[in-house]
Amino acid sequence: MSEFLSMGGYAAFVWPAYAVTFLAVFVNIWSARRALRRARAHAQRRLGVAGEPS
Amino acid sequence: MTPRRRRIVLVVGILAGVSIAGALALRAFQENVMFFFDPTQVAAGEAPTGERFRLGGMVRPGTVERRSGSLDMNFVVTDFKRDVPVRYSGVVPDLFRENQGVVAHGRLGADGVFVADEILAKHDENYMPPEVARAIKDKHGGVMPVDPGKAVDPPSPGAVPLNLKLNP
Amino acid sequence: MDWTWFHRLASPPYIYRLAATLTPWFAWPAGLLIAAGLYGGLVLAPPDYQQGDGFRIIYVHAPSAWLSLMIYSVMATAAAVGLIWRMKVAHAAAASCAGIGAWFTVVSLVTGMLWGKPMWGTYWVWDPRLTAQLILLFLYLGYMGLRSGIEDTARADRASAVLAIVGVVNIPIIRFSVEWWNSIHQAPSVMKMDRPSMPAEMLIPLLTMMVGFTLYFAAIMLVRLRAEILRRERSASWAREVVAS
Repeated sequence: MSEFLSMGGYAAFVWPAYAVTFLAVFVNIWSARRALRRARAHAQRRLGVAGEPS
Repeated sequence: MTPRRRRIVLVVGILAGVSIAGALALRAFQENVMFFFDPTQVAAGEAPTGERFRLGGMVRPGTVERRSGSLDMNFVVTDFKRDVPVRYSGVVPDLFRENQGVVAHGRLGADGVFVADEILAKHDENYMPPEVARAIKDKHGGVMPVDPGKAVDPPSPGAVPLNLKLNP
Repeated sequence: MDWTWFHRLASPPYIYRLAATLTPWFAWPAGLLIAAGLYGGLVLAPPDYQQGDGFRIIYVHAPSAWLSLMIYSVMATAAAVGLIWRMKVAHAAAASCAGIGAWFTVVSLVTGMLWGKPMWGTYWVWDPRLTAQLILLFLYLGYMGLRSGIEDTARADRASAVLAIVGVVNIPIIRFSVEWWNSIHQAPSVMKMDRPSMPAEMLIPLLTMMVGFTLYFAAIMLVRLRAEILRRERSASWAREVVAS
């Protein structure tokens, strides 16, 4: 396991590269869902309909 | 012309105009875009003399000399047509090896020796496990061929090292 | 020729519902493929004969670089369709691409720097390939800045579409930079006409990751597209049905 984590001495480069990539992956999921939630809430207010509580 | 067709013409026109402008600009700046010069270009006097520039090529096998007790080293950069000797003092990257691509930044001296103050390694696009590399090496008499990606098949005579993009 | 399918694509409620239906069909395969690609790239693939385990950065670097170029092409195409056919949904699609593309351009630059330091010996050089990729980031940021700078949506659509179309010339420049000029960046290993420059045990995880990232983009883009359509159509009667349910 520690051999895997050390990445043949390149741990300081390999792991930050993977971390930055999956940071972007998750930030994009989160921000897309937030944008949809906000757009729905906005439309609900404007159309005067009560959506399900989220 | 319908409005839609006019808009198609507009979009195509913008694209064509920008492409032509871009192509012309790139042609004009061809030399500035050149990241490094290979030994043939240096020999032909295309590289700026008296100014800093980058020299790129392969490290000729058997030419790397390190002086013990210091970081000073000499080696020869080649494109398999011309050679340029290089002097450097400092730490080299992990991939600095004989028969590997290298890009040296520095100045060409009057004695024809390129004095580098920065060494970057350049690797090619071929990836393989160590066992496969060993097998290829054994098949080629203990040396890695210049294009190991194609060396799985019988090597073609006169293969140009694809690591080196020679100036068209 | 029957053009009804094309006209249906221009209909916001149709696209909104289609996007909602399609999203899970992209999201779940994306998640599975990325998980499999991660395992393949980090565990199953052998180390490289020159770069050892450092070469494993390729499994995040190449897919994000691919996404950065692919997303821009999708964005510019959608913008051109929006401009030519006055299709609002196409403009909304283009607008939904930009943020995702900018993120993955940053990821490709950062993972490239982290790969360049140990292998080349430097985080950054002003090389043609690297510089052109940085310009791609500025194009994305310019596109987003232009959109947010113009209050009126229709005008923002038109102005940003022109910018997106003009910037598309940078895409072949990035792709072919390593062939046209001397570059420190190596030539492509996978995205070329010739066969890939790596054995199957290294290549399969890489292709898995690239397909996974592409499907991931499709899923995220469809969610963003729904948000963008709803934002534009928030007064329409069809929106009432959608948000009430």
